Amino acid sequence: MERPVGPRESRFRQSWRLLRRNRLAFLGLIIFVAFFLTALAGRVLTYGTKPVFDPAAVRLQEKLRPPLSSPHLETLRPQEIPRLGLYLFGTDDLGRDVFARMVQGAWVSLTVGFVAVGIAVIVGIVMGGMSGYFGQNLVRTDQILLAAALLSGIGLVMVGATGTGVALLLVGSACMVFSRWWKKRWEKQPLTGWTKVFFAGMVSIDTLVMRLVDIMLCFPSFFLILTVVALLPASIYNIMIVIGLTSWMGTTRFVRAEFLSLREQDFVTAARALGVSKWRIIFRHMIPNAIAPVLVSATIGIATAILTEAGLSFLGFGVPPPDATWGNILSNGKDFIFDAPWLTFIPGFAILVVVLSFNLFGEGLRDILNPKLRERY
Amino acid sequence: MLSFIGRSAIQKIITLFFVSVISFLVIHLAPGEPSQVDPLNPKFTPEMVERFRKQFHLDQPLYVQYVYFYGDLFTGKTVSWKDNQPVLGKIWERFKNSLWLFVVGTILTWTLSFPIGIRSAIFRGGPYDRSATFFSYLLISIPGFFFAYILIIVVVNTFHVPVIGMETFGMGELPWYRLLMDRVWHLLLPSVLGAIGGIAILSRYVRSQMLEVETQDYVRTARAKGVPEEQVHYKHALRNALLPFVTMFGLILPGLIGGSVIIEFIFSWPGMGRMAYEAILARDYPIILTVNFISAVLVLIGTFISDVLYMVVDPRIRL
Repeated sequence: MERPVGPRESRFRQSWRLLRRNRLAFLGLIIFVAFFLTALAGRVLTYGTKPVFDPAAVRLQEKLRPPLSSPHLETLRPQEIPRLGLYLFGTDDLGRDVFARMVQGAWVSLTVGFVAVGIAVIVGIVMGGMSGYFGQNLVRTDQILLAAALLSGIGLVMVGATGTGVALLLVGSACMVFSRWWKKRWEKQPLTGWTKVFFAGMVSIDTLVMRLVDIMLCFPSFFLILTVVALLPASIYNIMIVIGLTSWMGTTRFVRAEFLSLREQDFVTAARALGVSKWRIIFRHMIPNAIAPVLVSATIGIATAILTEAGLSFLGFGVPPPDATWGNILSNGKDFIFDAPWLTFIPGFAILVVVLSFNLFGEGLRDILNPKLRERY
Repeated sequence: MLSFIGRSAIQKIITLFFVSVISFLVIHLAPGEPSQVDPLNPKFTPEMVERFRKQFHLDQPLYVQYVYFYGDLFTGKTVSWKDNQPVLGKIWERFKNSLWLFVVGTILTWTLSFPIGIRSAIFRGGPYDRSATFFSYLLISIPGFFFAYILIIVVVNTFHVPVIGMETFGMGELPWYRLLMDRVWHLLLPSVLGAIGGIAILSRYVRSQMLEVETQDYVRTARAKGVPEEQVHYKHALRNALLPFVTMFGLILPGLIGGSVIIEFIFSWPGMGRMAYEAILARDYPIILTVNFISAVLVLIGTFISDVLYMVVDPRIRL
């Protein structure tokens, strides 16, 4: 008997072959890997008490030296001599080694990009999955009241009205426990009178999530990020969180659309008929099929996040001073643009090349993962 | 149609309400208070701080402040905390300056990206298409502030014209054409910078729309009938490819306010973005909130216009 023939090559190998064919995207991938390794090296070599490359060593007698110039050894203490024996990228207005600062900045850009997009993707998948899979379920009046009580309780505690807030939280949790018990006890009984209104469905989850997306899209994003970052205490984590929490809307829309169409497909019906649990269907069967557009938008999102962080650093709201980032090297260097152009051009080109590589790779990925374009080869 | 307008108006007002609540909470729950903005100033005595707080209702609970603030905003009485000027007047002053950048930038975007995109779609895969693709990625990826400095160096070194600010200071009595040229030079760089991202994205979009339409049956039919190539491209394909762009006219409206903070900062352009930046630095909450509110209104009006335009140009769509 003839056995069914599987595809001649695995999906991964096919994607890899298509990627090799797309020269720009492959170039993007190579630069991306190089950037990743540089950033990891930067984390190891420039942090700690005795770093190999010291990005913070100030040598006032050596300020604004051009790239590739060698240090005046007689004026420097032994620990101040740059490790490579020359200033590869020159020095800035305080005589700090720009090469060491650039390597350190690579790590900052990488973490901001990845963590911010990670937050956005997680929030996006959860929200989009919720509205795509459970979208038709109605939220009942009592659930809305409960959520409102709990949320306003948390809000009040944060504002400072601890007494009222804690009271609201307690009432909310008590109601939650009570409704569990109530449901078990009275499930069989028909509802009467005002309880009917109380337990009636108000709005669907889908409507709630999509209206939230609409609300978030109303904010001018860079201005909102700027405001929040300026008002919060300066720290790299705040920047990551704020960028992440203001950029999840696209992912939510993609995932919702994918889930809505996947839910009606035969393999999901089959899985459901076999008695596979709800969560296994979602995580094992639906998310892997919905992940392609998310991956593409995440790759391009990293590029946008790096640009946003650089813009914030440029305006002076970025990562606080002892840490170098590409944005604040450029921002410090702009005052010497005619005397020391390398302070503007080196970080500028670094940002350009990295962001370009992410964009090219993301666009290539979109073509590769698109089944319509796949058939052509 | 009427029911659609009514429904979407109600929906948009609800959205706007939540936007106003969220932006108010975000700003007021952030640590620090506007009355502590200048603690080292010896003239800033505790009594003054107290008077300041009382004057601007900062000693009241948050929901009272919310009602006060938006009540003032709708009656046009909001004043800036920094200099006690009416906020709407200040915004209008700056808006007139930003409008120039916006108009020139939009004209550049819409006139340049269509020819570029159409040409790359017609010669797809050719050297023109490839270089246009690469350049558009390059322009999307370049940080605006870096590109601004490159352009400043080039323009200042080759043409020897000043470009920072809105006009050269102390021009005095000069013939009108010299003054005009001065204004044009100052306007050119920031509006080109503002348009560049838009040109790159829009031309890619035009290209993909054209490519999609070119594979349709009616285009093949037109070719098979022996219609000249020019007519196939511009009469059969382009007209149908233009459909989605009509709706994008609504979506450029929010660009009036957002997006130009960095460019106006670099060029010292006294526009909205720069005012918002200064307001953030000074914790001038009324200005921040008003700018935010206006821009949310513009986004909602923009989506509404684009929905209506969609219905007008495409009779198949019934919302």
